[in-house]
Amino acid sequence: MTSRRLPLEISAGQARLLEVDGLVMRYDTEAGEVSAVENVSFSLGRGESMGLVGESGCGKTSVALSLLRLAPENARYQSGSVLWEGMDLLELSDQEMREYRWAEISMVFQGAMNAWNPVYRVGEQIREAMDHHFDPPLSTVETSRRMDRLFNLVGLDPAVQNRYPHELSGGMRQRAVIAMALSCEPKLIIADEPTTALDVIVQAQILEELKEIQEDLGLSILYISHDMAVIAQVTDIIGVMYAGKLVEFGSTRDVFHGPRHPYSYLLLSSIPSVTGPRRRPVSLEGTPPNLLAPPAGCRFHPRCPWATEQCRTDEPPMMQIGPSQWAACWNSEQVPEMGEQLP
Amino acid sequence: MSLVRVEGLRRLFPVSAGLFRRSTGFVHAVDSVNFEIGMGESLGLVGESGCGKTTTGRMLVRLEQPDEGRILLSQPDGTDMDVVELRSDQRTEFRRQVQMIFQDPYESINPRRTVYETIAEPLLIHRIGDLSTREQQIREMLRKVGLAPPESFMFRFPHELSGGQRQRVAIARALILQPRLVVADEPTSMLDVSIRISIMELMSQLAKEMGVAYLYITHDLAVARYMCDRIAVMYLGKVVEIGATEELLANPLHPYTQALLSAVPVPDPALPPPEVRIKGGIGKAVNPAPECRFVDRCPQAADVCRTTPHPPLEDKGGRRLVSCHLVEASRH
Amino acid sequence: MADQRSLPEETHTADPFGSQPILHEVDSWWKIRLTLMRRSLRENWRIFRRSKVGVFGLVIIAFWAIMAVMPTVFFATGFWNPAVYDPVTGLELNPPTRTMTMVERITDPNTEIDRRAVLLDGRIPDTLQIGDTFELPRQPAPPDGRHWLGTDPLGRDVLSQLMHGARASFFLGILAAVVTVVIGTTVGSMAAYFGGIVDAFLMRLADLLILIPGLAILIVIGAVFTFQLWHLAVVIGILSGFGGTAIVLKSQALAVKVKPFIDAARVAGGSARHIIFYHLIPNVMPLSVLYMMFTVTAAIQSEAVLSFLGVLNTDTSWGLMMNLARTQGYLLQVVDFWWLTIPAGLSVTLLSAAFFLVGRGMDEIVNPRLRRR
Repeated sequence: MTSRRLPLEISAGQARLLEVDGLVMRYDTEAGEVSAVENVSFSLGRGESMGLVGESGCGKTSVALSLLRLAPENARYQSGSVLWEGMDLLELSDQEMREYRWAEISMVFQGAMNAWNPVYRVGEQIREAMDHHFDPPLSTVETSRRMDRLFNLVGLDPAVQNRYPHELSGGMRQRAVIAMALSCEPKLIIADEPTTALDVIVQAQILEELKEIQEDLGLSILYISHDMAVIAQVTDIIGVMYAGKLVEFGSTRDVFHGPRHPYSYLLLSSIPSVTGPRRRPVSLEGTPPNLLAPPAGCRFHPRCPWATEQCRTDEPPMMQIGPSQWAACWNSEQVPEMGEQLP
Repeated sequence: MSLVRVEGLRRLFPVSAGLFRRSTGFVHAVDSVNFEIGMGESLGLVGESGCGKTTTGRMLVRLEQPDEGRILLSQPDGTDMDVVELRSDQRTEFRRQVQMIFQDPYESINPRRTVYETIAEPLLIHRIGDLSTREQQIREMLRKVGLAPPESFMFRFPHELSGGQRQRVAIARALILQPRLVVADEPTSMLDVSIRISIMELMSQLAKEMGVAYLYITHDLAVARYMCDRIAVMYLGKVVEIGATEELLANPLHPYTQALLSAVPVPDPALPPPEVRIKGGIGKAVNPAPECRFVDRCPQAADVCRTTPHPPLEDKGGRRLVSCHLVEASRH
Repeated sequence: MADQRSLPEETHTADPFGSQPILHEVDSWWKIRLTLMRRSLRENWRIFRRSKVGVFGLVIIAFWAIMAVMPTVFFATGFWNPAVYDPVTGLELNPPTRTMTMVERITDPNTEIDRRAVLLDGRIPDTLQIGDTFELPRQPAPPDGRHWLGTDPLGRDVLSQLMHGARASFFLGILAAVVTVVIGTTVGSMAAYFGGIVDAFLMRLADLLILIPGLAILIVIGAVFTFQLWHLAVVIGILSGFGGTAIVLKSQALAVKVKPFIDAARVAGGSARHIIFYHLIPNVMPLSVLYMMFTVTAAIQSEAVLSFLGVLNTDTSWGLMMNLARTQGYLLQVVDFWWLTIPAGLSVTLLSAAFFLVGRGMDEIVNPRLRRR
């Protein structure tokens, strides 16, 4: 493998907050070993927001869970490192890791808005999380002050603290989830499909608020989503994953305007848009490979309309194609032209 | 020529509260809804969750009985079939003409029946053909929906198929009776982004081939743009705007349509992020006040909106129907 | 969290276009059905096999199934003489004997017998005097080469009775279970599908049947009528089928009823009968089969109790063996006459437990959430 570490210069001069380097994670299942995350490298700076996109089962959530070391029990980290301000999180003890979780990195889980405990008030549940993580614990007055600020931050009336989850709408519950994720003042929030179940207007409101919060607090956010349009709007850098591998990585603008991996290209061409000329979205044929026995060579070659002999046998490394763009494709140079010729 | 005319359709759901489940009123899930679908036309019914679009669709296929209103399905002989009050001799004919495709391909197919049995079911119910003609028909249908060769799919169980393949089976089941209208309730929203387009393409192509009209229910305006000839926008049980797809998206007239459209994220990082024109979230129309449903959230609300009843859905010119006091009928 | 859920799907999305067609030519429909059934059986067996208790239960059932057919084999091959080994009319003509002395007052019951007992026992000539010794046939006799589990007080072979008892238990248990499941599935599905008055009536009926003390009712019925084994099976089936099983299966049917595929069938024009039999029941069936196993357990145990109390009109059963031991006064002498009670009691326990264990094993097939990865 060439150039495992990616010297990303997008936010030059800033120390990288998070550097994931050659992460390999597999699940042991009865049917065999599932190669869920294969040699994934990326880095994220302070105050930056990054998007991980891909089809379901492409490993984006597995990557996120690895950062928190919350992957299911049958997960095994084969190699690689997750450097958090220079320290490898994969080598910490469980106890040490627990201190990092929530306090430094917190996560908004997919569907978390439906995971509130129905018998406790929303405020109590957030307060409990805060009590667990502040040592020494905050005074009652300080906790209340913080809670009010948190709720204002996510656009909720502080009075909502005293309501039960079922009394809140989906959008309010999701805002409260974000408040909970922010409660321990993390430096990074991982947001797994934070707006998927919400209506567009509420989605737009929440994304706007997240962006404001990010700027106010200097947070980094890792968005995980299958919705390319959302990612386009809220992220600075983007990683496209396919079948457990990162196939393209770079600044969101570069990747959206000039995707250089066929998968990113097709994925971007497959989304219908409400604006611009009405063009026919391209359909991406076939299904993702079985990760118990991933195909040899490039994992995308069975579905790639432009696959060559080399793609079937040799695995393409991440190659730098622009000042802030990397792609793992042997033919990345030709992708834009080839795309033009699609029906 | 219109295939379906929906007139004054209304559905109320009782709400109850308190210890003794006292009825405290009604949710006006669908309230005086009017629209038409032409022969072979695809009408998109767009709105946020809880706006009544699914209930409307379910009333069209008689899974839900309206409290008021008429649904008229025009027949080849020129008469109208009243879907709400079907005569017993019309029931079978109605079931042949109107079908539905559901949102969740994992739940809308019986897990204990093979693909063959699932697609054969409507034929069996309507006693169409014998064993061998049915089999021929099913093979042909499977090829049409892209499950080829049919032999390798006919005797699979749903759990042996991917989500996209299941939805293809559901489409085959809906189309095997050669219906004239298909109600499609978010058929692609549960599928992976990359598969959506091929399912949407398949549905449009088959509609053209077989002359099927769609009522396409979706929350996604981008999907509606791709699938539909016309779009009807619903808000809290009311249709607020109907118009030809491209015109409506290029020039939305109702303030709600405008807000909805501006909130849709665009897959281009160079464009500014979606604008949030309205605050708050959608509620439920429990015992709604008579005035305009949108008045509380409307950024343009004027005095007339607060004092007069909910505006009727009127033609504001160019076949654009809008339900708003503030939109002038100036486009004649 | 979400990823954990989607993980198994990931492993199952093998490229379907690459796999082989199941059948190239549609030759005949029952052959296809058979192929599919074999396939799903194989799949289910793969899951069931992982449950140790389930397999253990199956082994016990298999053991008893073999036991149940053995008498036929033994009689057919002439290994057993019906006159001796028949479970009802058989009699050991040359039982083992022991030497007894007639005494006025017994000091050792194993070697002495008192005068009055001799006079009452027809087998002993009444010409004997006090102090005489004689050979007394031992009935019930302990196990020996001819009777591996000994004989009962009437001189009949215990092993033969045990084997025939297994037949009775299988017959009763399976019949009761089939009746339960047929009634329970139909009642539960109808209550769930129609709702309203039908549901209310069937569910109140179920409540009523649950409230009835089943065993007491069975004893009363047994006291009034001549109660055959199959009567008992049907009564147990009805009590459980309209009762508890109906309630459980109704809740399952309710969960199935709200699935969109039921809506799809209605949109296709399916009648209530069509939907219940084509969609509802096949989806409730796995749980029904599970309850079938539990009914077998309950039926075997009820039969044992009723026979033990002597209210069941049957020839051979494990309960009846215990009943005989009781009426002949051997029940409390377990140490001396263990072969009269222990084998029968153990059999009831083992076989009823076996069905229960198989049910537990099937739980994993029926409730995929319990499945291990």
